[in-house]
Amino acid sequence: MTQFYRNYLAVAVFAVAALGMVGAMLGVGRLVRPNRPQPEKYIAYEAGSDPIRGFGQSNVRYYVYALLFVMFDVEAVFIFPWAINLEALGVSALISMIVFILVLTLGLVYAWRKGVLRWA
Amino acid sequence: MSVLALEIGWGWMLAFKALVILLIVPLGALVLGYTFLLKMMSHMQSRLGPMDPGGFHGWFQLVGDGLKFLQKEDIIPEDADRRVFAFAPVIVVISTFLMFVVIPIGPVAVVANLDVGVFYALAVSSLSVIGVLMAGWSSANKFALMGALRAAGQLIAYELPLLLAVVGVVMQAGTMSLQGIVSAQQNGSIFGWSGIGNPFIFTQIIGFLLFMIAAQAELSQTPFDMPVAESELVAGYMVEYSGFRFLFFFIGEFGTATAFAALAATLFLGGWSLPGVHGLSAELLGPLVLFVKLMGVAFLMFWVRFTYPRLREDQLQAIAWKFLIPIALANIIVTAIIKVAF
Repeated sequence: MTQFYRNYLAVAVFAVAALGMVGAMLGVGRLVRPNRPQPEKYIAYEAGSDPIRGFGQSNVRYYVYALLFVMFDVEAVFIFPWAINLEALGVSALISMIVFILVLTLGLVYAWRKGVLRWA
Repeated sequence: MSVLALEIGWGWMLAFKALVILLIVPLGALVLGYTFLLKMMSHMQSRLGPMDPGGFHGWFQLVGDGLKFLQKEDIIPEDADRRVFAFAPVIVVISTFLMFVVIPIGPVAVVANLDVGVFYALAVSSLSVIGVLMAGWSSANKFALMGALRAAGQLIAYELPLLLAVVGVVMQAGTMSLQGIVSAQQNGSIFGWSGIGNPFIFTQIIGFLLFMIAAQAELSQTPFDMPVAESELVAGYMVEYSGFRFLFFFIGEFGTATAFAALAATLFLGGWSLPGVHGLSAELLGPLVLFVKLMGVAFLMFWVRFTYPRLREDQLQAIAWKFLIPIALANIIVTAIIKVAF
């Protein structure tokens, strides 16, 4: 097994260990805590008044933000490999990266001018 | 035979490291919660309550809070999606635990020195928002849902400045491995003077500020605490939780604060390295040095938290998209040009 796989195996082992610990804590909690069910305790808390069941429609405003996020997040994935090999790749890569970033910035400016960056 | 022995040794080593980190995360959360949330906040905002229990500086407050969590009933609202509701805090707390896997506390003391270290840490940290969304959705409560949606919107907006702020450091170090970034700072020099190495806070001061602002938002600390705003959303996505599951959100919040402070200390302040300390003494002093730097960074975070009022939701989005991201991109371009030109 190479070091590469070992490192990621460590991450996996760690996730399982954390899950185990959280489970153990919940188990201890189950043993210790009291349990006195009363129907009033299980009503949703809406600041003291009786809850209104069900949901109306509400506007989740960041649909466009989510699209922009995907765009820039993918950009970040391209930037990192270049950032590591900056000196080896030299001037030509630098120029193409600057052009790449500028094109994406243009996208942001366009969205800005269109007014989609307004949360209202 | 020797290969087998090595395998066993490695396995035991891993188990040992896992055990240490499993203790470090709740401990870090408690230390930060005690020092800053209970004591510093009390001093800065003249809060008398947490300074009283137990006599000297109210040292008993934290124990009392812990005992209180332990003996609370586990209440799941009748309309809730029970399984999702129960599992959501677990995801939040596991994402916190996973962040610590790559943070080095000494020359060899790191669970896994991944080649993609920083990238991994930031990726794992943003997993917690899945837990937050699950919690908000499954609670069947309007406050909780609004809080969770705000949290998701905030994460989307501030993940980018966080990621782009780190690019400058990665460029200077030439690696994403956190161990590599520490040694790049340790072995660097400022205009030929290598007395204190080259902590990247000097060359990447803009990156550092961007990182701290974005981390503040990722942790949903004031002034970016709209997801849990107590005066409008009660407690946001946590409103229906009680007992241990609520405690998990708390550990998640302060454990992640510890992780981000450690990450900032590693990326910008040289991590475990102390000028002039090498070899075995670096191994022994490393955790202490990192802890001191971490507390310094955390002090900054909490200072901001206790000082500024809450922003409005649209102001929050505007700051990220119109201010932080353009600055981060400009920082990347300037750093790249300087690095290639010289």
